[in-house]
Amino acid sequence: MELTTVWFVAQLILWLGYFVLEGFDFGVGMLLPVIGRREGDRRAMLSTIGPIWDGNEVWLIVAAGAMFAAFPGWYASTFSAFYLLLLMILVGLIVRVISFEYREHHETVRWRRGWDACQIVGSTLPSFLWGLIFANLVRGLPINADQDFTGGFTDLLNPFALLGGAVTLLLFLTHGAVFLALKTTGALRLRAKRTASVIGTVTAAAALSFGCWFNFGVVTINHGWVLLASVISLAGLIFGLGMHLRNRDGWSFAGTAVAVAGLVVSFFASLYPRLIPSTSNPAWSLTIHNASASHYTLTIMSWSALVLLPLVLAYQAWTYWVFRKRITVAMEEPESVAAQPSVVP
Amino acid sequence: MDTELLSRIQFGTTTVYHFFFVPVTIGMAGLVAGFQTAWVRTGKDRYLRLTRLYGKLFLINFAIGVATGIVQEFQFGMNWSQFSRFVGDIFGAPLALEGLLAFFLESTFLGLWIFGWDRLPKRVHLACIWIVAGATVLSATFILAANSFMQHPVGFQLVNGRAELTDFGAVLTNPVLLVTLPHQIFACYLVGAGIVVAVAAWHLTRIARAGKEREPVERPEQDMITGPSTGSGIDEERATFRTALRVGAVALLVAGAGTFISGDLQGKVMTDVQPMKMAAAEALYNTEKPASFSILTIGTLDGKHEVWSIKIPRLLSFLAEENFTAEVHGINDLQAQYEQTYGPGEYAPNIPTTYWTFRLMMGMGIAAFGGGALILWLTRKNRDPVTTGLWGLVWRFGPILLPFLPILGNSFGWIFTETGRQPWLVFGLLPTKAGVSPNLSPTEVWISLIVFTLLYGILAVIELRLFTRTIGQGLPVLDAEPEDEATDRPLSYAF
Repeated sequence: MELTTVWFVAQLILWLGYFVLEGFDFGVGMLLPVIGRREGDRRAMLSTIGPIWDGNEVWLIVAAGAMFAAFPGWYASTFSAFYLLLLMILVGLIVRVISFEYREHHETVRWRRGWDACQIVGSTLPSFLWGLIFANLVRGLPINADQDFTGGFTDLLNPFALLGGAVTLLLFLTHGAVFLALKTTGALRLRAKRTASVIGTVTAAAALSFGCWFNFGVVTINHGWVLLASVISLAGLIFGLGMHLRNRDGWSFAGTAVAVAGLVVSFFASLYPRLIPSTSNPAWSLTIHNASASHYTLTIMSWSALVLLPLVLAYQAWTYWVFRKRITVAMEEPESVAAQPSVVP
Repeated sequence: MDTELLSRIQFGTTTVYHFFFVPVTIGMAGLVAGFQTAWVRTGKDRYLRLTRLYGKLFLINFAIGVATGIVQEFQFGMNWSQFSRFVGDIFGAPLALEGLLAFFLESTFLGLWIFGWDRLPKRVHLACIWIVAGATVLSATFILAANSFMQHPVGFQLVNGRAELTDFGAVLTNPVLLVTLPHQIFACYLVGAGIVVAVAAWHLTRIARAGKEREPVERPEQDMITGPSTGSGIDEERATFRTALRVGAVALLVAGAGTFISGDLQGKVMTDVQPMKMAAAEALYNTEKPASFSILTIGTLDGKHEVWSIKIPRLLSFLAEENFTAEVHGINDLQAQYEQTYGPGEYAPNIPTTYWTFRLMMGMGIAAFGGGALILWLTRKNRDPVTTGLWGLVWRFGPILLPFLPILGNSFGWIFTETGRQPWLVFGLLPTKAGVSPNLSPTEVWISLIVFTLLYGILAVIELRLFTRTIGQGLPVLDAEPEDEATDRPLSYAF
């Protein structure tokens, strides 16, 4: 396989890692007002992702960094084309990062509600906008001969892309609800399960309609691969919801993870070997050949990734193992926010 | 204003703001790890309480550093797409490696450190914070490798109008990187030590004043996380903060000395690779042999000619070339030389900016170093802070400056080195005006500039208030050993 193809696959893996992992922690953040009625619930919900969300977010940083390194042209064109949407994502991510850390530093209700709002906004904006961006990418952008975006902001808000955004938003909500069911106990878990059933059904409907539009109205190459990935994605979602009804929380989470992964694979499959199809002139499309770094850079990157990625996966898996226990809402915890279990050694 | 100027203002604003937090993170990670090591080795509660107090401050700062760091990565593509295309081959690899090698380690092991207090064996838990501290240095290494390429491009060839990497080893052993890295890391530890000293000095002064007034010390607001206290009392508190103060002051001296030595070496490398930047730092208009160091130079308003100056003879020759009689090139000669090489144009950076930021950088560093020395001397032989007279005022207000001096010193240093590189984005290869995204309208950049400025402004207020509040709470009171099986207890945020 050519190195450019290897790095196309590596990009797929990094974005897939990002969406599958941060997808559920975005979901948990968005569900804060839905499932977390009392302070204790919200605390428990945030605790399920507390130790891992930061590691999940680094997948984005690495995906973007690797895009810069392996396909500088793709990075340059995409990031400048989606300027205002990325600005909104950045604002979302910033207030979200801060809310995780600062929420616990003050006891007042006003302080915590404020940071909860930041958490909700910060989880919702990227969940919707990443879908909007990727749907626009697979649909193609007006790109000129210099690989620069020639369209305007409103071009990005087309119905197909808006539906794509809705699908990632709903999918992350389901993924998050299923993760909460897996990681909590008692009343909280039951509420998470009910939420997962309701949102999961809506998600399946939205995903089906988006899948049809995508496969039969947008995809121009690699039809078979895209259809296969789409079907696997939908099947994963349905399997996840089915397992969920049978109280198999682990399998259910695996199902929604496959659903997210399938969606990302279908996006990448519909692009290959292009990176951004040009709607102005197909010949001006960015491809893995005309937007890639040199062979030498790709070789160095390949060796680095080959050594480092397994290591990263190993210690991230270890983290999940260390914090594998389900989270219980503290029994003694009343409505007030004051009672805090201690973990000081 | 056009897209280029707005993008430059935005990059400058967001970078300087981000860089308030980076040195705090790097410096404090190492010092917190040091305190925790002392605790693991001696078992003394004192070190654990310091670990937890400074750890809390470290985490407040870390969050905002991470949040503003993502903006930096995205901005290259968003505002500087032509630059990204031009250097992606070289610039992208260190950036990707920074994520793969440093950020993954940092984020994962910091999560383990925060939540792992009772879930991991003591030594494994200690290893987590050391891994975080090491990863912050690795991160600095890669980002400085990328930046050093912009200052002094090495290991590349130009193909089809873009820079292609030919020798990654050369990029990682760029002489600019080799001197900038130690300079930067020492400067970061100057900041971390400044915070440790300032917090400890503030509390010691408070304790000394309270003792003087013979009133029982009122403990500021109890930490909610804590339970019944073990071994506290005013003497223990005083002894604990004395330890922190003296450790911090020694760290200030060591980091300060390291910063000066590495900075001197860096000056010599810079004179070789970017003589214009160093001439601009000195506002040296005409080539001199031997060259004198300027204490104060006043130039014409357009910054093109010297009007009047006070100088120390021969010192600049020594600083630049390690030789008291060496020739140092002036701005006018270099301008003529660059015009021959690169064609007509203006090749001098903004002289007042480079001249003053260079001086302020050095001044702030020296002041922080001096503050550390003064504090060590004032607290010699178990002396308490003096609470009356002039020294009383020094104790009350002086230490507050100790974190801010090196933080500002760091910022001035970066403003100097980056404006000193102008008019180039990549020195000698890519002019700044050629790097900007062609598809952006000034309106779009205005929107993002306003959004970032407002958001960062609000965050700064919240961060500072949280910081001072946490400092006011003082040392956390420790729990007795937990009786129940630790892993059965619910996971919670504890700092």
